[in-house]
Amino acid sequence: MTTLHDLMNAPAPASAWVLARDCAETGLDPAEVRAEMRRRIGEMRASIERGLASDAKSITGMVGWNAKGLWDAPDALNAPLLRRVQAYAMAVNEENARMGRIVAAPTAGSAGTIPGALLGVADHLGLPDERLVDPMILAAGVGQAISGRMYISGAAGGCQAEIGSSAAMAAAAIVELLGGTPRAAVHAASLALMNTIGLVCDPVGGYVEVPCVSRNAFFAVHAVSAAQLALAQLESFIPPDEVVGAMASVGRLMPPELRETAEGGLAQTPTGRAVAARMEGREEEGGMTELPVV
Amino acid sequence: MGVAYTAPMSLLDMIGPVMVGPSSSHTAGACRLGLVAHHLLGEAPRRATIGLHASFAKTGRGHGTHLALVAGLLGYAPDDPRLPRAFQEAQAAGLTVEFRDVDLGDVHPNTAHIEVERETQRVTVQGSSTGGGVILVTHVQGLGVHFSGAAPTLLMRYTDAVGMIARIAATIAADGVNIAALTCTRAARGGQALVAIELDAPLSPEALAFLRRWPDADWVRLLPKLMDG
Repeated sequence: MTTLHDLMNAPAPASAWVLARDCAETGLDPAEVRAEMRRRIGEMRASIERGLASDAKSITGMVGWNAKGLWDAPDALNAPLLRRVQAYAMAVNEENARMGRIVAAPTAGSAGTIPGALLGVADHLGLPDERLVDPMILAAGVGQAISGRMYISGAAGGCQAEIGSSAAMAAAAIVELLGGTPRAAVHAASLALMNTIGLVCDPVGGYVEVPCVSRNAFFAVHAVSAAQLALAQLESFIPPDEVVGAMASVGRLMPPELRETAEGGLAQTPTGRAVAARMEGREEEGGMTELPVV
Repeated sequence: MGVAYTAPMSLLDMIGPVMVGPSSSHTAGACRLGLVAHHLLGEAPRRATIGLHASFAKTGRGHGTHLALVAGLLGYAPDDPRLPRAFQEAQAAGLTVEFRDVDLGDVHPNTAHIEVERETQRVTVQGSSTGGGVILVTHVQGLGVHFSGAAPTLLMRYTDAVGMIARIAATIAADGVNIAALTCTRAARGGQALVAIELDAPLSPEALAFLRRWPDADWVRLLPKLMDG
């Protein structure tokens, strides 16, 4: 099992080490994996474009217009990177909420974070998608190291397990893209994780919409912040693997009500309960074959 | 939760799968669990009864879990654009599905128990969706197994006897295929036993046909690799 410690001490670029090690295990040809990763970056790009262009509502009607709304609005803060990263991230998650086609990275609920952060930064700096293939492989390697210690799902570990992983993966990828060392990349991941610990999964009505869509905007920016600190040689005081261990233990301490069951937090606000009741009524009226079809 | 992490995730599991939303564990993983049942039956079933445990039962509807399971039963992959229309497609294909909320005990919260039938054939599968679209199949035909569908997997049910695993392994070795992992359980000594063998490459049709001719094996299936990584 690869650890973050292994990645941190890998020869640069860490992505080459990750790829060689994974291919030795799976028997796949490294060129094939790179080609498939390139295709998936293309799928991410396509989901961003569809999401930015659409304001069609999701199944419940809670989301669907946020990415386009932000993208079309004036840039009040004069912060084009920030706006791009947020809009890309929400574009992917709104596509996801419409049962559109996305790339889980590592999960569907957190699918906007890596495209938002990594493609957002690349577009901001005018870098072509081809440059993203190796950083994306490092992102996957960071995800593998985390998944060796804990289940990456909201049901098992809360939102921290999903969005924390995606932000950590994105942060490491940005560092490699911008020429940082493997050590800096892994510290970026660790900083992103340690600042996500404790985040619960409390989706309104049980749908991957609220708070998931806006959360991807926030955590794509979180990943950029972590990369920025690590590129300036700032490090995570707690060693990266210990941070993963801490996150796993917090996941185990989390009550089931806050692990995707929609029995606590935002899901149990008066408004959250009203949405759940409305959708349940709609399903009972419609019967099985009439379930939400987009 | 008390479940140790076991299913390994490849690079292409981490950045992937490419899938129809909205949830990797409740949609893509659920679809793959349905696909396992589809492949073990060999074709789309006529009837299916699906028991949903814990989080699958509680939040499944909002995540399209029911649609995704049915899509898998029909043989659709997680990125199939027909997934959101799976109920209509099932009706058209003559597949009847019944869902139940069940308590499967101390298992992963995203677990389904699937029974499928077609003519005289019947298959039961229980498995968990452990995150990011990765699954872990824990029971087939009521016997304990442990595989993820990330590799071609040979399943064989036979009458428990001395040397059976050695004979099966020798057949696989003669086919030039390496065994990655193996689980074997039996209902009773000398009773029904089931072996699940994860392989580094698919078995040749000849080797599979050879295994199917054994009089002491009554059920042999080769599950194709379900993931890209």
